[in-house]
Amino acid sequence: MRREELKILVPLKRVPDPDTRIRVKPDGSAVDLDGVKFAVNPFDSIALEEALRIKEKLGETEVVVVTIGGQECVEQLRVGLAMGADRALLIRSTDGLDALAIAKVLVAVYRREQPAFVLMGKQAIDDDSNQVGQMLAALLGIGQATFVSKCELIENNSKVRCGRETDGGIETVTVKLPAIITSDLRLNEPRYVSLPGIMKAKKKPLEEVGMADLGLTITSRTQVLKLEPPVRRKAGVRVKTVDELLAKLKNDVKVL
Amino acid sequence: MPQLKQLPAHLIGGNFLLTETSPDLVFTPEDLSSEQRLMAETAEKFMDKEVLPNCEALEHQEEGLAKKLFRQAGELGLLGMEVPTEYEGLGLGKTSSLGVEGQMTRLGGFGVTVGASCGIGMQPLQYFGTEAQKKKYLAKQATGQWMGAYALSEADSGSDALSLRTKATLSPDGRHYLLNGTKMWISNAGWADIFTVFAKVDGQHVTAFLVERTFPGVSVGKEEHKLGIKSSSTRRLILEDAQVPVENLLGGIGKGAYIAFNILNVGRFKLGSGVTGASKELLKVAARYAMERKQFGRPLASFGLIQHKLGEIAARIFACDSASHRTARMFDAVMETGETIDSTTPPFPRGLDEFALECSILKVACSELVNFAADEALQIHGGYGYTEEFPLARAYRDARINRIFEGTNEINRLFIPGSLLRRAQKGRFPLVAAITKITKELLDMPPLDSGGEDDELALAQAFLANAKRLALFGAGVAFQKFGDKLIEEQEILGGVSDIISDIYLAESAVLRTLKARKAGRNWSVMADLTLTFVNSAVGRMEQQARECLTATSQGDELRAHLGIARRLLRWSPLNAVAMRRRIAKRLCEVGSYPALVATQ
Repeated sequence: MRREELKILVPLKRVPDPDTRIRVKPDGSAVDLDGVKFAVNPFDSIALEEALRIKEKLGETEVVVVTIGGQECVEQLRVGLAMGADRALLIRSTDGLDALAIAKVLVAVYRREQPAFVLMGKQAIDDDSNQVGQMLAALLGIGQATFVSKCELIENNSKVRCGRETDGGIETVTVKLPAIITSDLRLNEPRYVSLPGIMKAKKKPLEEVGMADLGLTITSRTQVLKLEPPVRRKAGVRVKTVDELLAKLKNDVKVL
Repeated sequence: MPQLKQLPAHLIGGNFLLTETSPDLVFTPEDLSSEQRLMAETAEKFMDKEVLPNCEALEHQEEGLAKKLFRQAGELGLLGMEVPTEYEGLGLGKTSSLGVEGQMTRLGGFGVTVGASCGIGMQPLQYFGTEAQKKKYLAKQATGQWMGAYALSEADSGSDALSLRTKATLSPDGRHYLLNGTKMWISNAGWADIFTVFAKVDGQHVTAFLVERTFPGVSVGKEEHKLGIKSSSTRRLILEDAQVPVENLLGGIGKGAYIAFNILNVGRFKLGSGVTGASKELLKVAARYAMERKQFGRPLASFGLIQHKLGEIAARIFACDSASHRTARMFDAVMETGETIDSTTPPFPRGLDEFALECSILKVACSELVNFAADEALQIHGGYGYTEEFPLARAYRDARINRIFEGTNEINRLFIPGSLLRRAQKGRFPLVAAITKITKELLDMPPLDSGGEDDELALAQAFLANAKRLALFGAGVAFQKFGDKLIEEQEILGGVSDIISDIYLAESAVLRTLKARKAGRNWSVMADLTLTFVNSAVGRMEQQARECLTATSQGDELRAHLGIARRLLRWSPLNAVAMRRRIAKRLCEVGSYPALVATQ
């Protein structure tokens, strides 16, 4: 019996490489991106890895990666294809969109692609907003499992049983598909992008779609006013006695 | 030898000395595709996660570890990049493999293991093997299932490679060659599954053989106690009536020298371009420490003499890296023409031979750079650098071998002018015409003047044009004086070689920066790196020119020659102190060499 094909949608975000030293422009308007190396958001790589593992286990699965941005984002889609995704979608946009705007674009992508479910990073390491997955589920009116560190398809692929990392421990939830699942750090360790994979990626379909093609006119509701680098941590001081410590906490740090 | 086809000027080895090259014709790191960068990133991550955390265990040669990592690298496609796809490689060129190799050699001896197998170990088979031989052995090596090694040196035959004594005798039934002899300092000997062995058939014809480890009569000696690269295996290969099937003879009887030397050309390129990855890593380690370590209440990086070191290492990396990328693309372009040289059966690609001179330049310059970088990075670490607590002591030991293997730097220095002379004799390179023309021009009229130009890159270009004339003039004067005995004047040949090398490196840096400027990139750091290198090169050239000329002529003639050299090397010194400071400051801001030169 031929199993019905399962489609998994994985949004990827282009972010500065986690090893890059981030510099804020002197006027605080933006991050200085001159010479900065970019990468796929690490949480998104984890989500893609999970999708690929599901594909390898079930066969008959299509993994589609999507990103929203300019032409430069093709690089990250190629990484996704090189890791093993089957197809890529670039939603062209030159505006910096906020979380809600991104979620709305993804709603349109979801409706177009009709995936069995969406696997995505819990947050992007650039703005750390941690909102898009939740907003997307709400806008679509479907279930969500966030901060997932374990993920298993059950009941003939109609549900996903997820372990969620919470402050209290691992919470196990089951969501009915379709659903939005967001990955946490410990879900898996993404594979290397193999060189044969990079060669194969060149031949895989990569489609570019404009906002208008999706029938969208979306603007951000939030505006970034200013960026500041965090205050540099001052060197500590060594105290000799408890009394001295108490005095410092009272008089210098003023926390007592 | 039949007439070789004329290639475009910029694809002729050594041609940079005769003409000016347009920046458009030079491949630069900025021209790498996103796929090529991604491949290097995979290698970087593999090193970060699998190899470098295991450095200690590798250093003690933990049983099976190097081979396991080697296989894993093979599975990721890191070992067969240049192997054709029909043998399970990726069918790519040197512009693609360069970045990957630069990652593999970053720290420790794993890069030597990889290089000895994928470079000199496997490439004789790839370029000189028959279809059947490649079918049998190439895919296994390209995918990392088998490890390769190259066995040329012997106890009494190092630089004088062709004096080797290992013998190959046809067995009475005509089915095997029986090999007898001992090969010395064989990288990977402890682990390799297959060796490319050079032996003399009938005691005189140097011939290459593919020797499986498990053939009867093949064994290896004990592990050598080496100064560095302890994580790579180095042993003798002992051949006692080793039975090698006749079908494992490579490239024809007596063709071993073509194979040995052409493969060494590629090996020298790979050593040079690869080891620059180690120089970059050392610069990163040095810069990060210099920022963290405080003395007199200030980070070391704020002191001028530390900035001097950082700036100088960075400038030399820039020049070597520019020249490596330039050469890689020229090499690929000649390979793509499909041109062959039919001195062996089957004929071998012309690309292996064409850039012999450039390969030697890179070997010498990059190996000396990595030693300089290791030494200065250790110095910045002070007392800590001298302990095993930091990676510098090991890096310092590991760097040293690079001046020795793949042809000592002395042999390579002699080879640089030597190969020009040989090509001139064969009619492949118009050296004599160029020397005659330049000598006449110089005696008749003053050297090129750059006029009132204030564009420093243009001035550097004009300077290098004059330096080329000086190199040819110097070579001409020496040849006139010593004729065929010039070969005995090694100091002069070495001096001419250094001038030629500095020209190639400096010009590659200048052209790269001009190309970046033309493309509208942010080129200010590149200009500092380039001009720092050029400025130092001027001093080195002056010194070499004086030494060579005074050893060649006397009296009025000498005075005239020195006068010409002085005029040709005219250069308004730049403020190198300020340039190195700017480089060091930016390096510390961005944290690494790649980030220093990354531009939008």
